Amino acid sequence: MSEQVWIAGGEVICGIGLNLAHCLDAFEKMQPGMGAMQHLRSAHASTFPVAEVKAGNEELAAMAGMPAHWSRTALLSMIAAKAAWNSTGLGPIAHYRVGLVSANTVGGMDKTEHFMEAFLQDNTTGRLREVVHHECGSITELVADALGVRRHVSTISTACSSGANALMYGARMIRAGMLDAVIAGGTDALTRFTLNGFNTLMILDQQKCRPFDDTRTGLNLGEGAGYVVLVSERLAEQTATWCRLSGFANANDAYHQTASSPEGTGNFIAMQGALNMAGLQPADIGYINLHGTGTQNNDSSEGLAIVRLFDGQYPPVSSTKSFTGHTLGASGGIEAVFSAYALQQGIIYPNAQFTTRMKELPFAPVITFSRGNALRHVMSNSFGFGGNCSSLVFSK
Amino acid sequence: MKAFIQGTGSISAQDSTVFPATIREYEGNRLPVADPDYKQWIDIKQIRRMGRVIKMGVGASHISLQDAGLAMPDAIITGTAYGCLADTGVFLNKLVTQQEDMLTPTAFIQSTHNTVAGQIALMLGCHGYNNTFVHGAFSLENALQDSLLFLQENPARNILAGALDEITEYSHTILSRFGLYKNAHTQQLLRSGTPGTVAGEGAAFFVLGAEKNAQSKAELTGVEMIYRPASVEETAAHISQFLQRHGLQPADVDLLLTGRNGDAHGDAYYENIEGTLFARQPVAAFKHLCGEYPTAAAFGMWMAVQALHTGQVPAAAMFKGNAPAALKRVLIWNHQHTTHHSLILLTAC
Repeated sequence: MSEQVWIAGGEVICGIGLNLAHCLDAFEKMQPGMGAMQHLRSAHASTFPVAEVKAGNEELAAMAGMPAHWSRTALLSMIAAKAAWNSTGLGPIAHYRVGLVSANTVGGMDKTEHFMEAFLQDNTTGRLREVVHHECGSITELVADALGVRRHVSTISTACSSGANALMYGARMIRAGMLDAVIAGGTDALTRFTLNGFNTLMILDQQKCRPFDDTRTGLNLGEGAGYVVLVSERLAEQTATWCRLSGFANANDAYHQTASSPEGTGNFIAMQGALNMAGLQPADIGYINLHGTGTQNNDSSEGLAIVRLFDGQYPPVSSTKSFTGHTLGASGGIEAVFSAYALQQGIIYPNAQFTTRMKELPFAPVITFSRGNALRHVMSNSFGFGGNCSSLVFSK
Repeated sequence: MKAFIQGTGSISAQDSTVFPATIREYEGNRLPVADPDYKQWIDIKQIRRMGRVIKMGVGASHISLQDAGLAMPDAIITGTAYGCLADTGVFLNKLVTQQEDMLTPTAFIQSTHNTVAGQIALMLGCHGYNNTFVHGAFSLENALQDSLLFLQENPARNILAGALDEITEYSHTILSRFGLYKNAHTQQLLRSGTPGTVAGEGAAFFVLGAEKNAQSKAELTGVEMIYRPASVEETAAHISQFLQRHGLQPADVDLLLTGRNGDAHGDAYYENIEGTLFARQPVAAFKHLCGEYPTAAAFGMWMAVQALHTGQVPAAAMFKGNAPAALKRVLIWNHQHTTHHSLILLTAC
């Protein structure tokens, strides 16, 4: 490709911290964010642990500078997106051609499900302000308007890979010379809709999830938002950068609407495609931030695809979902921030709750936090529903 | 950055097998889809479980692939503002009324916005690039822009791109409470001069390739989005600049195809700029044929591609002036609530 796309900064908010510094602290101290629900109101509150952001809507609204009655998904998005932009030191957004590409899976569903309680009793009732931001795109616009982004605003929803696809689209627009910078990532708040949906699929763990562990029995849901700031080469020369987004690919598993193919066909094609675009060999990758949800099927497929692609030379791998839970539309964004920052700082994150290597795999995830690793290239995987598989590669 | 449209397919309030020779007229505040026989594309056991928007999407994508003579695309890119509303509604209803108890997975599985793109990939066995944009009245436009950017990376690719949205009882009731709709006859809608429009739904797909071939129907020359323009003047300037980037003046546009929908306030915005930029250009419209929905421009684009291919603009689509004798360039200008404007430039090939 002609133009390189750089990461000029990024920020997150999730179950292990209100910002990236807090998250690093939690990784280092081995403190996963899962626990009993404090903010989501659900009949399953005592059954399934979740990784909630440790703040109520009033507190998040104050941080975001938005009304507390807006969807939690917008509040989380605003906090992380604004902090991501500020982390670049580029100054006012209005000075550049800036876009916002944000992903989410259920838009303002946290408000819609409350609206439906009244609406289903009597369809002339229910406050319309609770559904006015139901659409996924509406959440992105609330944030774009608050940030003053007008040049490009878009929303992607490809289930669990949404956030990673937001980075790809942003990178393509920068390469085409359409934009100087793109705030790219995703957001999702916990909702009863998704909690119950995953429960019907019987893939929620009642304990803390154990990704890439032979004893794993499912995932924990989480919430949050994460954004990187992608910039053009020209802008990268004006500011300090973390790394480059050197490769990315998106493929479809085309196997089942929710389950992954046993051999991880889509996962393999996505990882291989990202390496090809970056012009790298598998051995060049110094760390893989796994999709690693903790379900039987997901981890087995991803693991076997890694075996096939890396063929005996396995880099350190870990799933940060063992700390943050699965944040769905946000996960690709949050994990892109973790991965890009890991590369810049030489950090490898631990995989929590690990005890037993998977029988079908010749490798196990890293279980301790470490700094000072000589990383040149880091891979981040996001695979999900609808067969959507995406892989990103970050390079120094 | 341009592409050739090698095939199109649409499922809408119009029967695409006879449109535009036969136009379906409606009266009311909602235009239903003229459902084709989905059994020709989908296994009967699957049809029963599928939400309508999934069937529409799968159907329209099949028609467009067939039209292009293509068995397997290299990418599937969709746009949808609302996603799979019917399945979302079913799951929400049970969630609330059964107090989160005894729920079943089918509706949840089919509720995700990428269901249609995933389902098309699954049915075709297509492992290629797969993406879904969910940004209101920019959903189609982003799918087209992603397609153009993806083609630029590798011009050998064929892309199946499209957009879709459905109406459900819940969504129509809720959107009606926002005061968006009115009762009208579709023939009179565009001259009604009162607030409100009629609701619509549908799916339209396009096969895009970088090279012209024997199947090529028209060229997708450019696509552009304008988000929250500060004034009519800013929008007009944006339209002029968009045309300039393609080496054109407003006078070079043979037909302006607008998204006017019968809502007096929104339509005045088109009138205003038509008066300054396109005073001598014939103007057509499409939402009296398909209804208003965030991805309705996909129907307009489907109709425009047909017109460019045959050289005939449907008489029922003309709003101002006469249908041009020679049709080379069509500019589709659509806006939603005056805040989301999109431009799609098509050229005969």
